[in-house]
Amino acid sequence: MKRSIFACAAVALTMTGGALAAQTLDAVKERGELNCGITEGTLGFSARDANGVHQGFDVEFCRALAVAIFNDADAVNYVELSSANRFTALTAGNADVLYRTTTWTLTRDVDLKTNFVGVNYYDGQAFMVPAELGVSSALELDGATVCIEVGTTTELNLADYFRANGMEYQPLPVGGTTEAKALFEEGACDVYTTDGSALAGVKASFPDPSAYVILPEVASKEPLGPAVRHGDEQWADVVRWVQNALIEAEEYDITSENAAQLAESGSIPAVNRILGVEGGLGEMLGLENDFALNMITKVGNYGEIFARTIGESTPIGLPRGLNALYTEGGIQYAPPFR
Amino acid sequence: MADAAAPPSEAFRLSMLIYDSRYRSTTIQIVVLILFLLGFFWLANNAVQNLAALGKPINFGFLSQTSGYDINQTLIEYDSTYSHGRATMVGLLNTLLVAFMGCVTATLIGLVGGVLRLSNNWLVSRLVTLYVEIFRNVPVLLWIIVCMLSITSTLPGPRAFRGDDPEASMILFGNVAATNRGIYVPQPFFESGLGSAGMNFLVMAAVIIAGIFFVRWNNKRAGEIQVQTGDRPNTFWVNFAAMTVPFIVLMFVMGLSFERPELRGFNFKGGMQIQAPLIGVWLGLSLYTGTYIVEIVRSGILSVSKGQSEAAAALGIRPGLTMSLVILPQALRVIIPQLISQYLNLTKNSSLGVAVGYADLVATLGTTTLNQSGREMETILLLMAIYLTISLTISGVMNWYNRSVQLVGR
Repeated sequence: MKRSIFACAAVALTMTGGALAAQTLDAVKERGELNCGITEGTLGFSARDANGVHQGFDVEFCRALAVAIFNDADAVNYVELSSANRFTALTAGNADVLYRTTTWTLTRDVDLKTNFVGVNYYDGQAFMVPAELGVSSALELDGATVCIEVGTTTELNLADYFRANGMEYQPLPVGGTTEAKALFEEGACDVYTTDGSALAGVKASFPDPSAYVILPEVASKEPLGPAVRHGDEQWADVVRWVQNALIEAEEYDITSENAAQLAESGSIPAVNRILGVEGGLGEMLGLENDFALNMITKVGNYGEIFARTIGESTPIGLPRGLNALYTEGGIQYAPPFR
Repeated sequence: MADAAAPPSEAFRLSMLIYDSRYRSTTIQIVVLILFLLGFFWLANNAVQNLAALGKPINFGFLSQTSGYDINQTLIEYDSTYSHGRATMVGLLNTLLVAFMGCVTATLIGLVGGVLRLSNNWLVSRLVTLYVEIFRNVPVLLWIIVCMLSITSTLPGPRAFRGDDPEASMILFGNVAATNRGIYVPQPFFESGLGSAGMNFLVMAAVIIAGIFFVRWNNKRAGEIQVQTGDRPNTFWVNFAAMTVPFIVLMFVMGLSFERPELRGFNFKGGMQIQAPLIGVWLGLSLYTGTYIVEIVRSGILSVSKGQSEAAAALGIRPGLTMSLVILPQALRVIIPQLISQYLNLTKNSSLGVAVGYADLVATLGTTTLNQSGREMETILLLMAIYLTISLTISGVMNWYNRSVQLVGR
């Protein structure tokens, strides 16, 4: 139950010493594995496959971070967190980083004392309804019952969206994706709303995905990204530049296949700096110089991760859209490795 | 031996705190108490310091900030523009509502079940035993989820009521719609009421209280006549009329009408909705706690010596009167204290309602507010304080009632 998790976290808060705030990187190295906070199961982002292995977009980022630190993609302890308990778990030190489809907002950044270090998926809140309702726009949803996961930004956006459009609704709050899906399937609610990417995953997991439609309206901006605790800048830098390396690698066409070869030939200066042939940027972060080379070889660049987990060739079938590189019409953009 | 009998005349020395058995236990208790308080203080201080180090010092200011979220069942006016504090009040009232409904229903189940379990009818008593054993031995959370699922997966959705030849139709002469989102019943309202709901309620309460006073006066008068003449006049019909006729007249005067629920858009509109989560939590809690009350009532009745009912029978008292005048007053002494702890359990168990989306205190303050404000320590402390207050209030009231039904020792 969630209550007990909160209680445990509260106890953890009372017990742990002040050493928690700083030096997460050293603590992770000493522990030998990364505690990566992920969802309890959002298909495409982080969910267990048929063999019980965690798979997904966010999971690949956990693996990439583990490679950057240990050169071992499996040195990850996945901590499954609900929307409601994720920040408590992060603050209490149960997770070193959240790769948990978490929206970057001012309150969370400032008041919840989490640091967002980037955006790995630009998302927006969407609405899904059964096709047989014949609804084609979210503005036709006046009076509907809406399934909503508690403790999410979507809960607040939902209230804003319906109020702004002068519509009424009845919220049916649920604890997680699994319960929401079940209630939605049984018709206990007309509408299921959450981030568009997660809805695509839920839709793909239905026996007959064509029986449901995702409405075209996007009710909010949901920049999803990794979050760490306030007060440990070194750790925040590591997580930030691991993601930047993956995005920049795509920009310079460094892939899991050609990375080793590019590092060896060493003809392009920008590529050399990313792969650690020149510059010693990795050591500045407290990592090995070749951390990005290892990451890209073992996990792939941003585009490869996207295509493999949630891209158009997967059952989730999300287009790159906003998440294409800035050179290709999207807004994914990494500051330079220099 | 003379020494042992004589009181020790030596002066008090510090070492006596340990070596003198008269003081030793007190010393140990005081030391343990000090250690306990120090340990507790250390934990609390550590928490405050760590929170301050995290930049989150204890602060209840979030309660006055805009909540930004909606709640599906609100007994007082509320929407997403109200504060977190108001949302907490909404949650508290929802907790109290389901706890009250649960306590009443569980008590009814317990009373009927307890008597039936002592029935001489083999089938009836075994059926009640079966009910008790099944419900008592499965965690209440599962019963709540089962009750909720039995509503959401067996009842039709509002969509099924649509069209010329609908799959489902409203029951009880088209007045009640049982859907998987809850049960919609006609809502009473007054066409020519007294302006506000509060005034209407006051007038109704006044009429009922006046009726009760009349009934008491009438019974007293009957008692006096009985003492004087030996014949007790029949009071039932007069009392019945005193309780009902003025009320019915009042309803006519105020123009009592019912608004029937109608399917409009996605949901039924109008009427009163008893939401599925409320029904789920209420049924789950009542059926579960009811089993304990069955056993408590049974043990209470069995605790009264058989000689009591035999003595009553020997005096010519009828069985019904024996139960109400002889057995129950004595059984209550055993029943009430145990009932208190069941009421407390039920109230605390209502916090499990969050599992099926019931907007109680845990769902509002303990989940959404906690998450949106990020104030874990404050919300949890507040939750604990509120539940503690509710529990102490219930046990205070019940203890007072318990004292009033105890045998008065002379």
